[in-house]
Amino acid sequence: MPIKRWTPQSLLLLLLFLVLAVLAVFPLYALALASLKPSKELLRMGLNLKWDFEIMSFKNYAFLFSESAKKYLVWYGNSLGITAVYTVLSLLLSSMVGYGIAMYRFPGRNLIFVFVLLVMMVPVEIIMLPLYKQMISLRMIDTFRGVVLPFLVAPLPIFFFRQYAEGLPKDFLDAGRMDGCTEYGIFFRIMVPLMAPAFGAMAILQALGSWNSFVWPLIVLKTGSKLTLPIGLSSLVTPYGNNYDILIAGSVIAIVPILLVFIFFQRYFVSGLTVGGVKG
Amino acid sequence: MTKFLYSSRIAPYVFVLPFILSFLIFFAYPVYATIVMSFQEVLPGQTHFIGLANYKDLWNDRFYAALWNSTRYTFWTLVVLIPLPMVLAVFLNGKRMIWSGFFRSALFIPTLTSVVVAGTIFRLVFGQLDQAVMNQFRHLFGFHTINWLAGSTTGMLVLVVLATWRFAGINIVYFLSALQNIPDELYEAAAIDGANAWNKFRRITLPLLKPVSIYVITISIYGGYAMFTESYMLWNGNHSPNDIGLTMVGYLFREGIETNNLGFGSAVGVTLLALTMAVNVVQLKFFGLFKKEE
Repeated sequence: MPIKRWTPQSLLLLLLFLVLAVLAVFPLYALALASLKPSKELLRMGLNLKWDFEIMSFKNYAFLFSESAKKYLVWYGNSLGITAVYTVLSLLLSSMVGYGIAMYRFPGRNLIFVFVLLVMMVPVEIIMLPLYKQMISLRMIDTFRGVVLPFLVAPLPIFFFRQYAEGLPKDFLDAGRMDGCTEYGIFFRIMVPLMAPAFGAMAILQALGSWNSFVWPLIVLKTGSKLTLPIGLSSLVTPYGNNYDILIAGSVIAIVPILLVFIFFQRYFVSGLTVGGVKG
Repeated sequence: MTKFLYSSRIAPYVFVLPFILSFLIFFAYPVYATIVMSFQEVLPGQTHFIGLANYKDLWNDRFYAALWNSTRYTFWTLVVLIPLPMVLAVFLNGKRMIWSGFFRSALFIPTLTSVVVAGTIFRLVFGQLDQAVMNQFRHLFGFHTINWLAGSTTGMLVLVVLATWRFAGINIVYFLSALQNIPDELYEAAAIDGANAWNKFRRITLPLLKPVSIYVITISIYGGYAMFTESYMLWNGNHSPNDIGLTMVGYLFREGIETNNLGFGSAVGVTLLALTMAVNVVQLKFFGLFKKEE
């Protein structure tokens, strides 16, 4: 590692990136500031950056946990549950598929990989209408199964796990067989631990995607008590007026879990993407 | 049976089985169904073929608005969100960079916010009131207050700024991951040959970033044409004044889900499918993915 020196160029770069970092964090700062002000103030004045201690309070947050905003906590719970189940299952299934494509030579292998790439390139929004019809006939409308199932085996993690598994030594396969391990034993006992960084990076991406997903849950979920957090929050925005007090504070708290996951796994994330990621 | 499943000839198929099932049920069949539906009038309980009528109905102002908005949005996100993150990643990866890890995280944080949250913030930041942040900013330069989301151009600007804010960080990570795989020796050798910074970037960095660039361009085209939620959040739902925020997916959603016109909605979807495929094939051809590499 070369020693970093304070040269004019490095200072200029530092300045540039400080400005960019401020720009990146600024909207979240504005949100946090707004969450401390009463809803009426936002409607009257719009979002501004004045610190006005006269009117600032944690009332909005207190409201989120009160009886009248009970639905907020229900949405939060729904999102947590769906995200947890989706992340665990999708990582399990897509790691299997990616590993299978990378490690074995079998007829149809290339075709399956081409299909993975195809699914990656077609925006899912295009098949929303037939999927919606399908969900109606499968009686999965307004169920959490209906939200999770169609996108459980996701192409991006498959692609990623395949890239990662390509870099693993095939000798482990033979060694495992010699020791009497089954093909599945080799995968779960030897390969999964070796792919840990890939699991780390993909866990963040999948959890993030599920926690924030919007269009599909918007279509599938109907009942107020079944909504996920993004759908619930967006339902607070109506042409007839906004429930800013619960919306803004609710938005701040909605970012918290994903921010924690990121801070916790951050190192894993960049290194995981770097090792197995989209290299040439 | 167990023995059969455990044999090493069958095992690979067991591994890829989840994908095969999911692909058939939740991808191949829906794609087929949507193509069929696009030639049908789908009414509750009865469905009949009406030939190309749905496609003929596409020739209307609303569809043009959606197509124009989505294309414009995709174009501008490509113009901004490829070169900018690439250059920033090169800086962040450079030897002169101080606190690189910190900046990487700071720039990545916006990616973590959901569109719902980001849309809410940007709607307020670009609010129409005098005191709204961006109008205050305009006042600094002596400009008057405007209603950002009422005009087609300024509305598009807000959408593109929102996209830049949210996705610059993840694209930086993609480019960084590729940059870190370029061996230092290449730059050292170039330095010995007397190459300056620009030449190194032009002759070494840029060509070696090609695979990741193609990937980022592909997902940007995908994301651009699939954009919907951003506009949904900025304009209080799927109905903006004069459809300035209407996108292809917004139109599909409006026709297919809101008015339950599944046949016509499918025609919009199939058009969108053909469009994204065509743009991506041209793009891949142009940047040479089909050419043999190495």
